[in-house]
Amino acid sequence: MSRPPKQVHLAAHFPGVNNTTVWSDPKAGSQIEFSSFAHLAGTAERAKFDFLFLAEGLRLREQNGRIYDLDVVGRPDTFTVLAALAAVTEHLGLAGTINSTFNEPYEVARQFASLDHLSGGRAAWNVVTSWDAFTGENFRRGGFLPQDQRYQRARAFLHATWQLFDSWRGDEIAADKESGLFLADPRAGTFQYRDAHFDIAGQFDVPRSPQGRPVIFQAGDSDEGREFAASAADAIFSRHGTLTAGQAFYADVKGRLGRHGRTPDQLLILPAATFVLADTDSDAAELAHQVRLQQVSGATAIAFLEQLWNRDLSGYDPDGPIPDVDPVAGEHTIARGRASVRMYRDPVATAREWRAKAEAENLSIRELIIAVTGRQSFIGSPASIAQEINELVQADAADGFILVPHITPGGLDDFADKVVPLLQERGVFRTEYEGSTLRDHLGLAPLTRAGLPRRAAS
Amino acid sequence: MASPPPLHLAVALDGAGWHPAAWREPRARPGELLSGRYWVDVISEAERGLLDFVTIEDGLSLQSARPGEPDLRRDQVRGRLDATLIAARVAPVTSAIGLVPTVIVTHTEPFHVSKAIASLDYASGGRAGVRVRVSAARHEAAHFGRRDFPALSLADRARSRAAGLVADLFDEAADYVEVVRRLWDSWQDDAEIRDVGTGRFVDVGRLHYIDFSGRWFSVKGPSITPRPPQGQPVVAALAHGSVASRLTARSADVGFVTPRDAQDVAGIVAEIRSEQRAAGRAGELVHIFGDLVVFLASDRVTAGRRKARLDALAGAAYVSDAAIFTGAAGELADLLLDWQQAGLTGFRLRPGAIPDDLEAITRLLVPELQHRGAFRRGYESPTLRGLLGLPRPASRYAVA
Repeated sequence: MSRPPKQVHLAAHFPGVNNTTVWSDPKAGSQIEFSSFAHLAGTAERAKFDFLFLAEGLRLREQNGRIYDLDVVGRPDTFTVLAALAAVTEHLGLAGTINSTFNEPYEVARQFASLDHLSGGRAAWNVVTSWDAFTGENFRRGGFLPQDQRYQRARAFLHATWQLFDSWRGDEIAADKESGLFLADPRAGTFQYRDAHFDIAGQFDVPRSPQGRPVIFQAGDSDEGREFAASAADAIFSRHGTLTAGQAFYADVKGRLGRHGRTPDQLLILPAATFVLADTDSDAAELAHQVRLQQVSGATAIAFLEQLWNRDLSGYDPDGPIPDVDPVAGEHTIARGRASVRMYRDPVATAREWRAKAEAENLSIRELIIAVTGRQSFIGSPASIAQEINELVQADAADGFILVPHITPGGLDDFADKVVPLLQERGVFRTEYEGSTLRDHLGLAPLTRAGLPRRAAS
Repeated sequence: MASPPPLHLAVALDGAGWHPAAWREPRARPGELLSGRYWVDVISEAERGLLDFVTIEDGLSLQSARPGEPDLRRDQVRGRLDATLIAARVAPVTSAIGLVPTVIVTHTEPFHVSKAIASLDYASGGRAGVRVRVSAARHEAAHFGRRDFPALSLADRARSRAAGLVADLFDEAADYVEVVRRLWDSWQDDAEIRDVGTGRFVDVGRLHYIDFSGRWFSVKGPSITPRPPQGQPVVAALAHGSVASRLTARSADVGFVTPRDAQDVAGIVAEIRSEQRAAGRAGELVHIFGDLVVFLASDRVTAGRRKARLDALAGAAYVSDAAIFTGAAGELADLLLDWQQAGLTGFRLRPGAIPDDLEAITRLLVPELQHRGAFRRGYESPTLRGLLGLPRPASRYAVA
């Protein structure tokens, strides 16, 4: 007998500060007004999505020594917007990136525990690490963390917050007016955590929240990042959304879980995905090309090229040929505050590939960048996209997708109205929320007081 | 005779109210203090009373009746939520009242707090403020593990050993507010240009490094968050004694003071005004609000009975750093107008018990003040700065 189909998980990513987001379109709205966040959250909740996701960056990006001005610039504080969204949504999970380098565990724990209380159990934390002194210039400790210690610090940070979250069992508040007993255990919240990164102790002041701990996301792609996710995360925000790459990543990460005493259902793989939707597949293909032209202006193409070449290429014509000089090797200096530049592990080899492709296909710089960067994940009619998403999930290339619309804030509206009903018809996506917490939506078991997933039969 | 200038009125919210036994009142909701609904209900009531703003208390440790250290008590409210996030949770479902969460500056990052309050300003459409507090408590420092403070008893605090630490903490707080304010200004209002022709989203000439470098921290900037709707959200601080009043005089838009009587008001106000001049802010509007704990009812006997009942439950008469008023709304109106004459521009009332004393403020005191022509009959501005009569400042970095 065949197994019942897997349920698809869907989430909405608020459009970010890279060139995926098309701000030049007449439909593009504010990236900062609260109404934009409320709009996207409202659409996601109407479509019964699992959660809304907010990214974060703690310093404005720079290129060639000045603030990068070609993409959307400016974002709000993650916690504040998520707490405000709790007021205008009822079921939607509220997920955000919070940095483990330029924060302290006590404060982050009280913010996530507070968000989880204020949202009735819908908080999630994408734990990221950074080490760069560039970002550190905005914070008390500066660039204090060596690169090779960043996962160590992230792991320690997470473990410290877990101890804080778990320092309240959940039954300490009696609030008995009659007897006058408010706090049954006056030592509730007691914690102590000490390692190479932290030495903290005392009493945590936020009682246990509905989920116990926020749902934990991880986004790192390196071996160390994958291992960290396998040991500690509830979901991975991955970048491998195609069938082959997705299946390889999925198998790799789920295969690591056993070593940490975990089972495959305890970690969801959710690649980020973009989409272009139209009535027919051919309309969508045409539209997708138009969107790519919007996403990659001539100036943006040169900027991308500079990020790989690691040198000033502002003198080149975006409609002309690829530079015949090689990238500058060594430490990346041209673009700062941008994680993606680290993806190019061998810039000289990549540059050669790009040059060969441009020569073979007679592509200008702009045409090349359009071809080699960021093609949309899903392009097609509602039926085609619904089918493709479902096939990828059933083929274990993913457990679902975090959708990144390219228009703020209305870019998800058509997907919600046209694609989601088709997934619901196939019986692979919920038609109503069944639980109240984000853990419920993700199919994760509630946590025990010790922070372990509760098992049905034991 | 000309009517007095309108009073400004705020309430200070802390759990079930300021009396330690407030949670045992019949209408108290002690089991809901960690829910969004509780805070929405309470702040909506304050908004029905047309109050200028609410402050929300906060701290980086469990509440304690013993200053500076844990008390391990079981009979009082313990456990709380982050005040900025409470304010954010309430912002979209209120429309006019100012939201002023408490932030502890000693252990937190000015960069994070600046964007958090800016974001609260966006979420509330220009109603955000922040009340800054320092923490000299050793056990709170141990929660962060980055600094070690000496153990200080209450008696120590007056002595010179402690005075140096406290003065340092307030100097650090002044630097902190400076950084927070510079970050709010680091984007000019017109920085976002969305110029399709040149492909530029912002004009980088209108984004500014703040390049702050001080004894405790350095911050480069600019903020990641564009300039908030009010330009500069309102900064408030408790101005208890000389060191703290200097922070208000140097850095704040609103100071909360704790006079015992009208004569005391005059002295405190004179000191802050003098500090304000010394700080070069003589021409700026700085509000000085009197803090009062109130047990309020339609008549003095009812108010007194409730206060006595609460004291009996607590096992001791309630004491506070602020003056305690127990009585009828008309008497409180007399007192407020009297203290206003002595130099205060407004009041921050700390309700003894929620909801009773809060409702007595909004439903008895406010109509009484309106009747005397001393309080607004409708919100006259959509922003908190507007309610307080503070102009919207241009960014300090804007080129004239």
